Amino acid sequence: MRRQTFVHGVIAAAAGLGLAGTALAQSPLEVPFYYPVAVGGPITKVIDGYAADFNKAHPQYRLTPIYAGTYQETIVKALTANKAGKAPATSVLLSTDMFTLMDEGAIAPIDDFVKTDADKAWLKGFYPAFMANSQTGGKTWGVPFQRSTVVMYYNKEAFKEAGLNPDQAPQNWKELKEAAHKLTKKDASGKVVQYGIQIPSTGFGYWMLQTLTTPNDVLLANESGTRVMLNHPKVVEALNFWVGLVKDGVHPAGVVEWGTTPRDFMEKKAAIIVTTTGNLTNIRANAKFDFGVGQIAGNVRKGSPTGGGNFYIFKNAPRQQQQAAFEFAKWVTQPERAAQWSMDSGYVAVSPAAYETPALKKYGQEFPQALVARDQLPVSVAEYSTHENQRVTKVLNDAIQAALNGTKTAAQAMEEAQKESERILRRYK
Amino acid sequence: MSSPALETDKGVMSAPLPSRTARRLAQAAARKQAVHAWLLLMPALVLLLGFTHWPALSTLIDSLHATGRGGQSGEWVGLENYALMVDDPVFWQAVRNNLWFAAATIPLSMGLALLMALWVNEKLAGRALLRMAYFTPTVLPMIAVANIWLFFYTPQYGLLEQLRGALGLDAHNWLGDPSTALACITLVAVWKEAGFFMIFYLAALQTLNPSLKEAAVIEGASRWYFLRRVQWPLLMPTTLFILVNAVINAFRLVDYVFILTRGGPDNASTLLLYHLYEVGFKFWDTGYAAAITVVLVVVLAAVALFQFFVLDKKVHYQ
Repeated sequence: MRRQTFVHGVIAAAAGLGLAGTALAQSPLEVPFYYPVAVGGPITKVIDGYAADFNKAHPQYRLTPIYAGTYQETIVKALTANKAGKAPATSVLLSTDMFTLMDEGAIAPIDDFVKTDADKAWLKGFYPAFMANSQTGGKTWGVPFQRSTVVMYYNKEAFKEAGLNPDQAPQNWKELKEAAHKLTKKDASGKVVQYGIQIPSTGFGYWMLQTLTTPNDVLLANESGTRVMLNHPKVVEALNFWVGLVKDGVHPAGVVEWGTTPRDFMEKKAAIIVTTTGNLTNIRANAKFDFGVGQIAGNVRKGSPTGGGNFYIFKNAPRQQQQAAFEFAKWVTQPERAAQWSMDSGYVAVSPAAYETPALKKYGQEFPQALVARDQLPVSVAEYSTHENQRVTKVLNDAIQAALNGTKTAAQAMEEAQKESERILRRYK
Repeated sequence: MSSPALETDKGVMSAPLPSRTARRLAQAAARKQAVHAWLLLMPALVLLLGFTHWPALSTLIDSLHATGRGGQSGEWVGLENYALMVDDPVFWQAVRNNLWFAAATIPLSMGLALLMALWVNEKLAGRALLRMAYFTPTVLPMIAVANIWLFFYTPQYGLLEQLRGALGLDAHNWLGDPSTALACITLVAVWKEAGFFMIFYLAALQTLNPSLKEAAVIEGASRWYFLRRVQWPLLMPTTLFILVNAVINAFRLVDYVFILTRGGPDNASTLLLYHLYEVGFKFWDTGYAAAITVVLVVVLAAVALFQFFVLDKKVHYQ
């Protein structure tokens, strides 16, 4: 009797498993998608919403967004999973990691999936400035998604107090330096209570340096990511301009934390800050004063580097998953959705068509600060990116910090960084 | 194994049959016992081999290979990764920083731990609360703690700067200045470790025979004399244990570096393990990372062995 029950149980369980098996075969294809969060706000909720909408529109797929931490943590997780043979179908990673991902053999070119004329038109629809970090050697490796440029945020009230025009950000280095001097406030004992300008130097020091080298009309790396030009006199001059602001006492001394810079601005400890457009929504929500957003001050020319993350498709994921990832990247970068994403996050919408949508047009009229980054795109250059990207970037970051702290002169720091970078890149010549 | 058995078999050829069977039975029983012993050891052995010895060995092998790119395994390069290490200025800076860090955290955290333990061992009001307060840093997650300290050190409006402002001193960027960044990190480590070590000292103090104290009081020994001549020698085994842990922790705990400085400015607060993380998981140079790991393991093992075999002899156990 008991044995019979057992046997029945086994049969029932087996049948159940069999049913579950067939059910699985018919259920939608699971598509894992890693993404980082690098700016404030309820980004995870927004991404989950996009995935749900995508899955509704494409019942054959089930895209699963997996929040993976910062950009750095996300690439560690994605590459580790890739090495373990369980690559995600797609991940949003820094556009500058393109060469690293290529060298690891981790990603598939997007061109493999672009087949119809509609696909081709879609790929051509992005801003060229964003494609600079997504293409190399005639192939496209990434799809622009959460992209940004660097802008200046300035406190209009402080500008008024200092007798500056609050409707216009400083246009060039000379104006910027004058404004920084006027905006620096000291208390009775001579202690600075408000710095004129603040450019953060942890983590993204190389990117901030690019906001000075680009106006000085010099590039830090070549297009194929094999050569750097750090000891160029114009680069040294740009770094010296930054160091000069510190020496004049109008910029905080030492290394300035990237993460607390928006907070310093909101606390009125810095009247002008230089940081990503990705902080716009955060600052808009939390600043208790009227603020302006301006393009990066020019010198020889105007300009800023782009930044942010692209979609990459992993080569080792099953072919069907890759196709699904491609469909998602295409779906989420359609003008209406790109416009919505820009408003939700503060990132720059990735195509001119997105700015033609009624929603974003209206938003731009109500909040013109949101359009500054877009207007800056025609003069923007690619973010510093090479092979062995993280290592080469660290060398430059260290050199910038040494110069800002005064342990090395700008020329000496850049000369040493150049040598070290050449040594790291020697096998890519 | 089998040949000596055969020889004995030959030697006892003439022996009566029953004793031979008995021996065979005994042998079988012994073998069975050995199998049992190995089976019982198996779980621990598998874990030890799988998670300690095999990784250590494969790390050593990896350190002699170049980093493989694109899923290919790297070619044999012998000691090149080690030569690279000798030429790597950041590595040496990390070594120097780590030695300073260890030299400061170990005696400071141990000294503080002893002081706190002696104090909360006394009968005083609110003793439980005080003990808990000292132990709190140990219970708190390190990342959360580091974020609190980040606020303390923040320039201009951080707690430390507000204190300085109240005293009318000049502003200072604590974490952004290479001359103070490492000291700031050391302070957090001492604060974190002291409470943990205090628990061990406290436990040891509680096991001391109270009659010793009474005898000392009767003999008229001062508190300092009692501490120096009675408590301190009796605490030596605990001190050794804590020392071993403190040394390991000085090279092992780096989580707060990620939050506070990320090794900056210009590597002024880079510790060895942090450098190792960067090489391994930021630069993906696994071959070189393996070489640094091997050096770290060898050095730590040497220190631990020295502590166990040399210092241990000088310690008085009850």
